[in-house]
Amino acid sequence: MSSLITVAKRVSSAVPSLIGVVIVTFLLARALPGDPAAYYAGASATPESIAQIRAKLGLDRSWLVQFGDYVNHLVHGDLGQSVSSGAPVLTDLATRLPASIELTGAALLFALLLGLPLGILAATRPGSPVDHLCRVLVTVGAAFPTFFVALLLVFVFYFKLGIAPEPLGRLNEIYQTAPPTVTGLLLVDTLLAGDGEAFRAAFGQLVLPAVSLGLFALAPIARITRAAMLEALASDYARTARAMGLARGRIVFVYALRNAALPIVNILGMVFSFLLGANVLVEQVFAWPGIGAYAVKAVIASDYAAVQGFVLMMAVVFILLNLGVDLLAAAMDPRVRYDG
Amino acid sequence: MADATATAAFWSEARHLAVENKLTLVAGLILVGLCVLAIGGAAMAPYDPLTTDVSATLKGPSLAHWFGTDALGRDLLSRVIVATRLDLGMAVGAVALSFLCGTTLGAVGGYLGGWADGLIGRVMDTIMAFPLFVLAMGIVAALGNSVANIVLATAIINLPFYARFARAEVNVRRELTYVDAARMGGNAPARVLARHIVPNILPTMAVQASLNLGWAILNAAGLSFIGLGVRPPMPEWGIMVSEGASYIISGEWWTFAFPGFALVLAVFCFNLIGDGLRDLIDPRRRT
Amino acid sequence: MPNPSSRFSPATACLAAAAALLAGTAAPVAAATPRDVLIEVAEHGPNSLDPMTPAANETSQLVAWQIYDRLVTHALKATPDGKTVYDASKLEPELAESWTVDPDGKTMVFHLRKDAVFHDGSPVTAADVKWSFDRAIAAGGFPAIQMAAGSLTDPKQFTAVDDHTFKITLDAANKLTMPDLTVPVPDIMNAKLALSHATAEDPWALNWTREHDAGGGPYKIASWKPGDQIVFERFDAWKSGPAPAMKRVVYREIASPGTRRALLEKGDVDVSIGLPPKDYAELASAGKVNVIGTLMQNEMFYVDLSTTTKPFDNKLVRQAVAYAVPYAAIMSQALYGRGEPMFGADPKAPYAPKWPVASPYQTDLAKAKDLLKQAGYPDGFKTEMFIDMSQSTVQEPMALLIQEQLKKIGIDMAITKVPGSEWFARMGSKKLPMDINYFYGWLDYPEYFYFWTYDGKNNSVFNTPNYVNPALDELTNAARFEKEPAKYDALISKMNTIAMDDVPRIPIAHLFSDIALQKDVKGYVYWFHTNLDYRFITKN
Repeated sequence: MSSLITVAKRVSSAVPSLIGVVIVTFLLARALPGDPAAYYAGASATPESIAQIRAKLGLDRSWLVQFGDYVNHLVHGDLGQSVSSGAPVLTDLATRLPASIELTGAALLFALLLGLPLGILAATRPGSPVDHLCRVLVTVGAAFPTFFVALLLVFVFYFKLGIAPEPLGRLNEIYQTAPPTVTGLLLVDTLLAGDGEAFRAAFGQLVLPAVSLGLFALAPIARITRAAMLEALASDYARTARAMGLARGRIVFVYALRNAALPIVNILGMVFSFLLGANVLVEQVFAWPGIGAYAVKAVIASDYAAVQGFVLMMAVVFILLNLGVDLLAAAMDPRVRYDG
Repeated sequence: MADATATAAFWSEARHLAVENKLTLVAGLILVGLCVLAIGGAAMAPYDPLTTDVSATLKGPSLAHWFGTDALGRDLLSRVIVATRLDLGMAVGAVALSFLCGTTLGAVGGYLGGWADGLIGRVMDTIMAFPLFVLAMGIVAALGNSVANIVLATAIINLPFYARFARAEVNVRRELTYVDAARMGGNAPARVLARHIVPNILPTMAVQASLNLGWAILNAAGLSFIGLGVRPPMPEWGIMVSEGASYIISGEWWTFAFPGFALVLAVFCFNLIGDGLRDLIDPRRRT
Repeated sequence: MPNPSSRFSPATACLAAAAALLAGTAAPVAAATPRDVLIEVAEHGPNSLDPMTPAANETSQLVAWQIYDRLVTHALKATPDGKTVYDASKLEPELAESWTVDPDGKTMVFHLRKDAVFHDGSPVTAADVKWSFDRAIAAGGFPAIQMAAGSLTDPKQFTAVDDHTFKITLDAANKLTMPDLTVPVPDIMNAKLALSHATAEDPWALNWTREHDAGGGPYKIASWKPGDQIVFERFDAWKSGPAPAMKRVVYREIASPGTRRALLEKGDVDVSIGLPPKDYAELASAGKVNVIGTLMQNEMFYVDLSTTTKPFDNKLVRQAVAYAVPYAAIMSQALYGRGEPMFGADPKAPYAPKWPVASPYQTDLAKAKDLLKQAGYPDGFKTEMFIDMSQSTVQEPMALLIQEQLKKIGIDMAITKVPGSEWFARMGSKKLPMDINYFYGWLDYPEYFYFWTYDGKNNSVFNTPNYVNPALDELTNAARFEKEPAKYDALISKMNTIAMDDVPRIPIAHLFSDIALQKDVKGYVYWFHTNLDYRFITKN
């Protein structure tokens, strides 16, 4: 019973931050420098043509009126129209989101596959050469700027060695036909369409960006895993389990890992946030048609509606994610309560 | 840890770890080296980092120019050395700011609970609700790309990490026996927090801070990559790497490799020290 | 802590798996693109398929050039160095198979092709042309201004005489009217189709043409993903010219110039545009791909000095700076020689009656110091230079070189990078003490350049130095309507003299319009709009 109330409380507590996000996105977008009207009036701008465009974009009205408009449109599911792509922001985001989710998911998977075992291995042999090696590997991975890694990978694997496909987005549609969109995730859609060739091509396109992005997430995951595992292995119950003669693998994977899961889950939310941010730089290098590259363009072009829509959508995703992480943490650790 | 025996034990532990954990020692030495470069600055550079030389542009490493020269013939070694102060300064400034504000906010919220916790939590959620890099980008784009604004943006995006971490730790600890005892003993909340809880979470937070120094440097480099770095001609590692990145394809590798190496070295060093620090302050780590 | 006894090693296994993963992606890298498909990569793509829509960007003009016909177009000509460029002096039929102009130049009658059809198969009529012209004026903003350059300002000037005859009347003859019909603004649209998507708020169906093709040009839109790629497909029923060789053209947006260069060098794309000058210079000398650099028409790249900001309101200070600029270093280290120097002309020789012309200034620090002293600034001063962030590959090194040089004569110049979005607004503010800028005109007349950049009455956003000189304004206006060649030449030479002596902008270079193509891609034509014209491209 109480757990249901806990959930309800936590869910309702997300509402204020949503309101906060709506206000902040509006203000942030308005605080962007430059006059979009002047920007889009372009080469032969005159004061009159700028004024015309400003009126067309509704930028000549007071901020309060603009904010009222903004909220009113939001309520009706209208995120406005992007000036740089010319399409409704909602459409833009909806078509780009799957690309970013696929990339971020693949990067996270890569980081987890590599980071978890690394962390566990280091924790089981602290101070050993293996521990140091893991530490160096993980730390080096985290010390490289993502865009630098991305460019380096493109240079080595595409330009020098020629074993990676050209960094031209998700699928080279000159040689491959895109599968009918079902989930928007190309790896899934190509499989659903039974197109092995396209699957292989899409997978090939995904590897370099996912690795560039994943290397960034490797360090926090491995580090937290190591720290949490060390703590769990040093705890009384682990000692007791060892004293009782339980098999080492069982102690590590069943007892210690279960107890170490809480901080790992906690960090995953943050890692995801970092990845979506870093996405921006990686998508830029690989011409990935995701929301990160879209956001950079929007910020640089002072594309209010696109910036607002992007951040708002991200905010909703994040609030849900944090909600999930918190609820999961609460379920895993009875010491954390919500009585706010 | 106020008494002399504890302090002595701490230092003996530090010595022990420094000897045992050579990596941390190496990182410590690198840090000392970076600090020397940061303090020495231009005085330690062989050339003026701003002087161009059109007759020697994009020259590879040589005896005259150990790190080669950039597109305007400026000596890269000198630029890398001079950039140290700015880069470390920005990172330390940003982390110190978010560490102080974040830890305080989180600890207060976690201990007091109620509306204060709610408010702080909502503000942090609002910050967290943005993809961090994009928020930093937005802040710098909106306020202008000055050193102060890059520091501010980096501090803001890191705030929730400290706040949430501190809050979670305090949340768990406030129910522990020794805190209960202090409370029962009639201590005011502020005193309980300051004397019994914060000192106990500080070490964990310090680890986080050390790791964040690396992130702060990477963040600034990312901003530079999309053109939101400090203004020219100030040498800064991130900008030098992103400038050099455009020469990857034409093969002038030294333009991005050396500043990149300096950047990676600094981040690497902070991360290792963060790890070492954790080992140092975590008593459970003792063997 | 007890020594671990078991020897599991998940990390190693994972590393091996990752390595296998990477190796497994060795997708077959195609050596060449298909023979009837052209792949072009660029930094920016269109935000609209119709330049008439408000806030349409410059790339929308590239689209309009391919998917719409105009009444007339220009002939092509070969330059002495073997390039193909458009011939500004010679018009050719496009949708109009013939036309007549009255002797007084006030009435123009166009006879449309009878067999021309739009992409949906419906015939092109004079009513469509009339509607399209009306619309270009009604759209306001840039299209209306461009139309006005050719004295096309009122729908009453346009008449559909019959199904295949269209008439334009002018109050006074204007030499810019005919050339103005060739620019991607008076594009001929399918009126019936567009109107079927018009609404009360949007009578000209701008919202629909933003995303849809209403044209009858040589290419139609096969697909468009804004911000990603646009695919053109040849329109096989096109009658207004010889059928293009390329069946499909894929235009991809790639933000990173390094990637755009790599794609070209690897042979994965046919054309790469918008590369930094250094890349063009290196690609040209490596010889693996073709680099074609054509001197842009009616163009100049320069440093602006605000004539209404202290101390640049003093002509001597402006001249001092013009003598301090490190011209040679800028040409080699910022522009990598991708342009023609516009400095160091013989100060005694008269200026040629053309644009651009070289200035008499060259790097001479002693002279610069002397001029500063005369101006009353023997110890120099503090100032600020603004550059466009989106152009920083070229402008930043250039600003740094100038900064270093000015320091030698005591001028302390800070550099501020302005984001692209803010650039036009900052230019329009007329408050930038110094900035780096360029301008090029679609129409090839010196006075057209002056009208946009030096004219104090028009004082457009491109007159960033806020230069107002009534004497020059008068000459500019006189040149617009001067019919006698000798008098016209004298006017232009005089204008050049004033501009160079007053030096509100310091000429640096006349830039190339650069493009890099695979060796097997032929048929590049330089047009005033600098966009690639897909019609003439062939591959062997």
